[in-house]
Amino acid sequence: MNTDKTNFRKKVIALLGIGLFTFGLTTLSLAETLSVKGSDTMVILGQKWAEVYMKQNKGVTVQVTGGGSGTGIAALLNGTTDICQASRPMKPKEKLDLKKKRGVDAYELSVALDGLALFVNNKNPLQELTISQLKEIYTGEVTNWNELGGPNQKIILYGRENNSGTYAYFKEHVLQDEDFTPRTQTLPGTAAIINAVSKDVKGIGYGGIAYGRGVKFIKIKKDAKSPSYEPSLANVENGSYPISRYLYWYTAGAPKGIIKKYADWVVSPAGQSIVKNVGYYPLPRKTNLTGKKK
Amino acid sequence: MKIGPFKIKRVHEFLIERLIQVTAWTSIVTIVLIFLFVGKESIPLFTHPEVKQEANISKLFVPQQYSPDKPPKSVWQPVSTVPKYSLYPLMVGTLKATLIAILFSVPIAIAAALYTAEFASPRAREIIKPTIELLASVPSVVIGFFALIVLASILQTVFKLDYRLNGINAGVALGLAIIPVIYTISEDALISVPRTYKEASLALGANPWQTAFKVVLPAAFPGIAAAVILGFGRAFGETMIVLMASGNAAIGNWDFTESLRTLSATIATELAEVVHGSAHYHVLFFIGVFLFAITFGINFLGSLFIARFKSKLSGARS
Repeated sequence: MNTDKTNFRKKVIALLGIGLFTFGLTTLSLAETLSVKGSDTMVILGQKWAEVYMKQNKGVTVQVTGGGSGTGIAALLNGTTDICQASRPMKPKEKLDLKKKRGVDAYELSVALDGLALFVNNKNPLQELTISQLKEIYTGEVTNWNELGGPNQKIILYGRENNSGTYAYFKEHVLQDEDFTPRTQTLPGTAAIINAVSKDVKGIGYGGIAYGRGVKFIKIKKDAKSPSYEPSLANVENGSYPISRYLYWYTAGAPKGIIKKYADWVVSPAGQSIVKNVGYYPLPRKTNLTGKKK
Repeated sequence: MKIGPFKIKRVHEFLIERLIQVTAWTSIVTIVLIFLFVGKESIPLFTHPEVKQEANISKLFVPQQYSPDKPPKSVWQPVSTVPKYSLYPLMVGTLKATLIAILFSVPIAIAAALYTAEFASPRAREIIKPTIELLASVPSVVIGFFALIVLASILQTVFKLDYRLNGINAGVALGLAIIPVIYTISEDALISVPRTYKEASLALGANPWQTAFKVVLPAAFPGIAAAVILGFGRAFGETMIVLMASGNAAIGNWDFTESLRTLSATIATELAEVVHGSAHYHVLFFIGVFLFAITFGINFLGSLFIARFKSKLSGARS
């Protein structure tokens, strides 16, 4: 009876000790906080990186927020963020502003690749489309497949919800910031779109390449004269596939200390494996270890 | 000494009574707090100058002129160079889905209720009633998934529809979810029609069918109306099923074979990633208030009907 009690007491004390120890560790570690801000497209990617990195490196806190690439760059100029995530390269004027304001050069690091695949039902005979044809389809100017050389049937449009980065990217790069036609059906996630298109002979949809099974990918041409490319990883990597882009990180001056450690980890194979899980493309091997400085 | 245990018992009773009282009030307070919070987040639409400029009540409800050479339009396109926040397409979408759901489920649910209340043998009733009520425990996401994968294909081949995911698909799936609601309340209403009504009818020479249709059904009418209204309320606010089965295109017309987007599905999909504090964010909360007010009104109406039904029957008895 008595030993039971002392055992119990020992356990309680041990537990308390462990608790205090962890508490102490977390308080100590609060000193190392990193802030990451920028592109809404990259928020999820940034958060996933932060989550895994924080799990592996107890004592580092990474805060990730969105707001848009422009917001992130502005924050970098004002010194309110350590790392800026951007889904477009920084403009020359913005680089100049940074030099003026903070006295350092912008340091650019490509962290991932982003590309979009267009797909139709397997029964659809269409092989290739130009970017401007895609724009006409998704703004509702072209409504029948026969206008594109396909069979005489309606085009049924599938797309992503307006909160997704894919939606924003497609709108910006393919529709040139025009609105999607209201007839675009929006489904939660690329997998749902693929499923819908695989069952709909009149359907067309877009999404990440990694998801595609059971549908036919459309080859994309930049314009009527240029050659068409299929959305393979190789074509995205060498930049010949027209709807792809790099995603960037920017810091004010070359990263140092904890920021450098984090940036190195992000472009390392460990960091790049997360890129794939989130639905983007890992960097081509060559640029994997060295960021480009501009 | 004898008073001791008695006193303790009183203290226990007192404590438990208070505890139950607190629980009851907590749920009321929670609802009020939810409403206040959601309401608070939509207030900037009326007060904040920047938000007001991008979205205000007239932009939400009145068609807007977006290009000078085209007539005013009602468009829901919140992510755009010129954000468009018209709720009209969403309201039409919600009503379309709910209407189909009611048209599909009411005849089935009431017929089933009439059968189990009036004609079924006790054994058949023992099987049918719990089975239909079990349908209520199917998670709505499962019904939605079924509609997305299976029902949509069936409806498309049967009706030769252009759109695979459309208003009919969403409505029928929604109907499946509200059948148990309508059935259970209607059945209760039919069962509680006094025996004397039936006996009088049968004694006057009416057959069971005539009795069921001309006496029992009209007597239970307020209860059945309440069932339909509560089913309507449930369908109106249901999110997951329409989100998966409707295709979510914000088209503001009354063509039931086209895709539709509901108010609730809009909140569910867009609130997750919206920029905190933007006009879009506040509009979504306003939609929440709007939905809450409507479903609250509908449920209130339903309860009113049930109360009337009960007083009518008990009044008839005495």
